Amino acid sequence: MDLSQALEIVTRTDPGMVRSHNEDSVYAASACGLAVLADGMGGYNAGEVASGMTVALLGSELAKTLETQEINGFTPEKKRVSHALLETEIARTNSTIYQSAQSQPQYAGMGTTLVMALFYDDKMTTAHIGDSRLYRLRGEEFAQVTRDHSLLQEQIDSGIITPEQAKFSQNKNLVTRALGVDPEVEPEIRDYDTQPGDIYLFCSDGLNDMVDDEEIGMTLQALSANLELCATQLVQMANDNGGRDNVSVILVRIKSAYPAPRRGLFARLFAWLK
Amino acid sequence: MAKLILSMDGLVLKEIPLNKERMTIGRKPHNDIQIDNLAISGEHAVIVTILNDSFLEDLNSTNGTYVNGQSVKKHFLQNSDVVELGKYRLKYVNEVPQQTPAADFEKTMILRPDMMRKTADQIASKSMSDTQTGIKADDIAAAHPPTQAPVPAAAPAVAPAPVAALPLGAIQILSGANMGKELELTKTLTTLGKPGVQVAVIARRPHGYFITHVEGASFPVVNGATLDAQAHPLADHDVIELAGVKMEFFLKT
Repeated sequence: MDLSQALEIVTRTDPGMVRSHNEDSVYAASACGLAVLADGMGGYNAGEVASGMTVALLGSELAKTLETQEINGFTPEKKRVSHALLETEIARTNSTIYQSAQSQPQYAGMGTTLVMALFYDDKMTTAHIGDSRLYRLRGEEFAQVTRDHSLLQEQIDSGIITPEQAKFSQNKNLVTRALGVDPEVEPEIRDYDTQPGDIYLFCSDGLNDMVDDEEIGMTLQALSANLELCATQLVQMANDNGGRDNVSVILVRIKSAYPAPRRGLFARLFAWLK
Repeated sequence: MAKLILSMDGLVLKEIPLNKERMTIGRKPHNDIQIDNLAISGEHAVIVTILNDSFLEDLNSTNGTYVNGQSVKKHFLQNSDVVELGKYRLKYVNEVPQQTPAADFEKTMILRPDMMRKTADQIASKSMSDTQTGIKADDIAAAHPPTQAPVPAAAPAVAPAPVAALPLGAIQILSGANMGKELELTKTLTTLGKPGVQVAVIARRPHGYFITHVEGASFPVVNGATLDAQAHPLADHDVIELAGVKMEFFLKT
């Protein structure tokens, strides 16, 4: 099912003001409802390699799979097809990166964060690993959808520090999960309903470390009519505030509902008998 | 590395580097920082340091622990906080280098789960007797030496206010129903116009104000010239026409 009428997607990635390399990678395809953002880490250009591989495997490769595969419904094990698909693909990507890191010394220790979403049937299934985030603007309400897998978040959760104090923490850059650093990885996979008018923001920590959530929300609201400009503005704000890290954003606007075509009773019965 | 400067009556007694994850303060000799004074409890307080962050916790001391004059049970120490125990003062100094020569400061790093668990356990267990470093070198992949890992930039990562040198800009409406009204451009973004018809945004940036077209078939006009989709810098006394309304941009001094 072609979703390009229902979704408007804009991507931006920028090395920032300090770094010479851009270790972030982004991919988005509105037709198959897929958005992927990865923030690589590791010496030399290994971070770029890790995030590039992630985006290639979970972006363009997965997009090809999606052209032929039906993602509605459940697997025989009563699991959502979308979950099963993401789990398999993420596991495969993880082992690919892990193996390259093991086999080639210049890539040793490379890894990447991941935040991605698959839009289908008025829903989205999100997967994330690490501290790249997904935010949602629905009406006036701007909220963070994902929760970072980071030391700081764990400290906040366990009550050691408050979110206000967290702004001044020096441990912002420690993630507790990453793709490609261990033989296995546990992605956090969730489902959300989407509504026409929603705007989703995927970003690397280069944005949310440099720009307050409040400012990000305000920008999305003010410029919701023009996503291209909004993405440019977000990157610019991060750079104006110092741009110490690579900045990447993906903006997705739900233009209209996109329910999956319901099949008739007979077709379903037939499929069930088959 | 963070350190404490112990002083009494303005006299510096000693400097104590926070080189252990858990540093206890008290009157009894087994404490890491012993202060032999009757106003100090046997086990008075503890400072837990996780990488670059230090947390002070009062261990139910008789006379209490104060930070910058406030009584605290638990406190996230900030550079130049002054901890007061009885007549003694401990100044917390955690100066982070302004810029590291290596270009890879503030890089996202992976923290291994096993290493995480260790640190978490240690924070949780107050009764833990043997202090050990939570993060051992061999827990960290060779590519991430711990010394290099958490070197954050000194400036708070939260967006600083736009450079003070930029004078405040404002818009005065020159025509239409709101003629004469003035609007100060204090926010990072100010949208102007009628949603659905024509909207432009004025962005406040460190080096000036910029106007950009957001939506609508027609583009804003500045000093008689129609803009394109690019951001256009605004100069003092520029006249903007938007959705049939004329307005003047000016800088307040």
